[in-house]
Amino acid sequence: MRIPRSRSRSRSRSRSKSTLRASTLTAAALLVGTALTGCGSGGPGGSDDGSLDVWVYQDASTKVQREVVKRFNKTSDIKVKLTQVPGEGYSDKMRTSMGTPNAPDVFFNWGGGSISDFVKKDMLLDLDPSMAKDPELKKAFIPTILDAGAIDGKHYGIPMRGMQPVILFYNKDVFEKAGAQPPKSWDDLLTLIDTFKDKGVTPFALAGTDAWTELMWVEYLVDRYGGAGVFQKIQSQGMAAWDDPAVLKAAQTVRDLVGRGAFGKNYKSVNYTADGASTLFAKGKAAMHLMGSWEYANQKANQPAFAKSGLGWTTFPAVPGGSGDPKSVVGNPTNYWSVNAKVKGDKQKTAIEFVKFAAKQDYSKDLIANGDVPTTSDATSLLAEHENPDYARFQYDLVKQAPDFTLSWDQALPAKYTPPLHTAVQKLFNGQLSPTGFIDALKGM
Amino acid sequence: MADAATSGRRPAREARQSVGRAGVGRPGVVWALPGALFFVFFAVAPMVLVGALAFTDWDGIGTPSWTGMSNWSRLWDDPETHQAIWLSLILTVLTWVFQTPLALLLGVWAAGRQRNRAVLSAIFFLPLLGSSVALALVWKSLLDPNFGLIADIGPALGFADGDLLGSSKGAFGAILFVTAWQFIPLHTLIYQGGARAIPRSLYDAAAIDGAGTVRQFFSITLPQLRNTIVTSSVIMVVGALTFFDTVLILTKGGPGTDTTIVPYLMYKNGFQAFDLGYASAVATILVVVATTVSLLLVRLTGFAAMRSTREGM
Repeated sequence: MRIPRSRSRSRSRSRSKSTLRASTLTAAALLVGTALTGCGSGGPGGSDDGSLDVWVYQDASTKVQREVVKRFNKTSDIKVKLTQVPGEGYSDKMRTSMGTPNAPDVFFNWGGGSISDFVKKDMLLDLDPSMAKDPELKKAFIPTILDAGAIDGKHYGIPMRGMQPVILFYNKDVFEKAGAQPPKSWDDLLTLIDTFKDKGVTPFALAGTDAWTELMWVEYLVDRYGGAGVFQKIQSQGMAAWDDPAVLKAAQTVRDLVGRGAFGKNYKSVNYTADGASTLFAKGKAAMHLMGSWEYANQKANQPAFAKSGLGWTTFPAVPGGSGDPKSVVGNPTNYWSVNAKVKGDKQKTAIEFVKFAAKQDYSKDLIANGDVPTTSDATSLLAEHENPDYARFQYDLVKQAPDFTLSWDQALPAKYTPPLHTAVQKLFNGQLSPTGFIDALKGM
Repeated sequence: MADAATSGRRPAREARQSVGRAGVGRPGVVWALPGALFFVFFAVAPMVLVGALAFTDWDGIGTPSWTGMSNWSRLWDDPETHQAIWLSLILTVLTWVFQTPLALLLGVWAAGRQRNRAVLSAIFFLPLLGSSVALALVWKSLLDPNFGLIADIGPALGFADGDLLGSSKGAFGAILFVTAWQFIPLHTLIYQGGARAIPRSLYDAAAIDGAGTVRQFFSITLPQLRNTIVTSSVIMVVGALTFFDTVLILTKGGPGTDTTIVPYLMYKNGFQAFDLGYASAVATILVVVATTVSLLLVRLTGFAAMRSTREGM
């Protein structure tokens, strides 16, 4: 017996089916819609609300920038919107956003190679006209620091953080036990290597898994053998200029130091990022450590007692037969604010006003309160406020008296040279490359 | 009894009944739309774009410029790339050889219902919970030659002074070991599931025939786990070809370039050198190799045919 199909049921079923299909389609459309717009408006930047987009690298020092933004917004009609990008991803994010509508108006950078590609494509505002209009601005900073951020003699950056020269740190207790003095000359340094080796102490802590720590040695040696001009020539003339005799001498010296046991036997496995080298140094198992000025803050965080009383600092000695000025410094002069070239009109005026705030005294005071040493030329009187005035003064004078401040090579050269440079330096230290092989590797980059 | 494999010999009547509520037939293609669209946008499209980028020169800003085959000829001539491909293949083979037997034995052992096994398994699965980066950092500290564990056990392993990460073989071994420690639990879990699905009756029958534990393992457990082994191997091989975070944190591809495997080479060219065209070419190679290997695995093992392991049961 056939049961007559109930119309209502069939209708309701077909309706439910069609509504189902419709809702699925809607859901799919919504999903796709969000997926598509997600790429467009997800990130920061591209603000159409007329505010000024400022990007900064987020770390322990970011609070100084947060303060200055607060102060600035009290005085300005166009407000600054600060975007803090967590450290690791900063350079990728900066790079991928430039040239898109989401690019920041003003952004933090490392000068040199970190912005040279933008400059080549005319994406950054040349700040020289503003400096010409406002001579105070140019005079506000230590000249070598300002110039280290310049590209082809034009300034695209205003210094906005503390200075970070590379310093030869030493462990006072270890030196006292050995009856030794910090090295004043290269001979002193070589004698100290033997002294400490006899005592069973590693002469220099070196984080060999992080090639940039080894690069600091090469940078200083090249600077002492041939002066800052050697690297300037490489920057301006290209990779062929690596065959300068100073580079070869520096490479031979590195091999000599390794052969003498200056870095101990297992430096190749020591790291900086997980605090291996710094702990070795603080615990007195290593006597000296060549490192950027942030080593002080690092030790203060991890070995506060040592940072307070056991940490000594001195300059990198001259080398025999070297023509470089032993007062010169290498390292990261500071970080800079750069202004995006697409910022025009009132917004541009506001952007320039904003970066000028980094030259003001209260900004320097904030930096000092944060443990940094400002790069302004009139900061001498403020240094007494630093938690360790001796260290701050040493750093400040070191940089202020330096005829040249060479930006770390891996920051100064365009990004594409960084990996091969690091590889070559590490291979030189490990003995996988001879000094001449090292030169060939650099020339072939 | 679990009847996992659809043997296709069910009476048609059953098949009709197995369709859900009356009237709702097989779901239409619309149901697959959200997933398919996501897959197209977030997997297929990027892959196609990377394939296109491999023929350009692009530094990440502005527009890519077409360079034809220049990235590929550079790839062909670059000893670092050859080394990276070679290292990746060795790492993949060693990973499989090292992890599969261990994971299989542990998985079969953990499949037992005893209480102590459950507790031990739970402890053993802990590495699965940590993030790769955090775990790699912990291992980095353990491998510090002056303060880490390696300072004490290094000499026994033949690395005086704990200089493990500073030697090519030692650094490679460290990556092999850390990734194994991290991923064996995952594969153990897969094998545990597979082993638990094997019907008891098979073992009972074998026991009656006088088979001991070892014989049961080789004659029942292993053959029954065939598909599980293939699944786990595909995951393992593709995983080994794409190891990245462990290498980045433990060795940075060093000493020199001796642990620079393909994914790390890609990162170096892409996100340190911003040579995105070249990095895309490296990435394309990786996609092709990984796809080929997993297809081969599936093909050669007859896994695709989904042949039931329970014929006649």
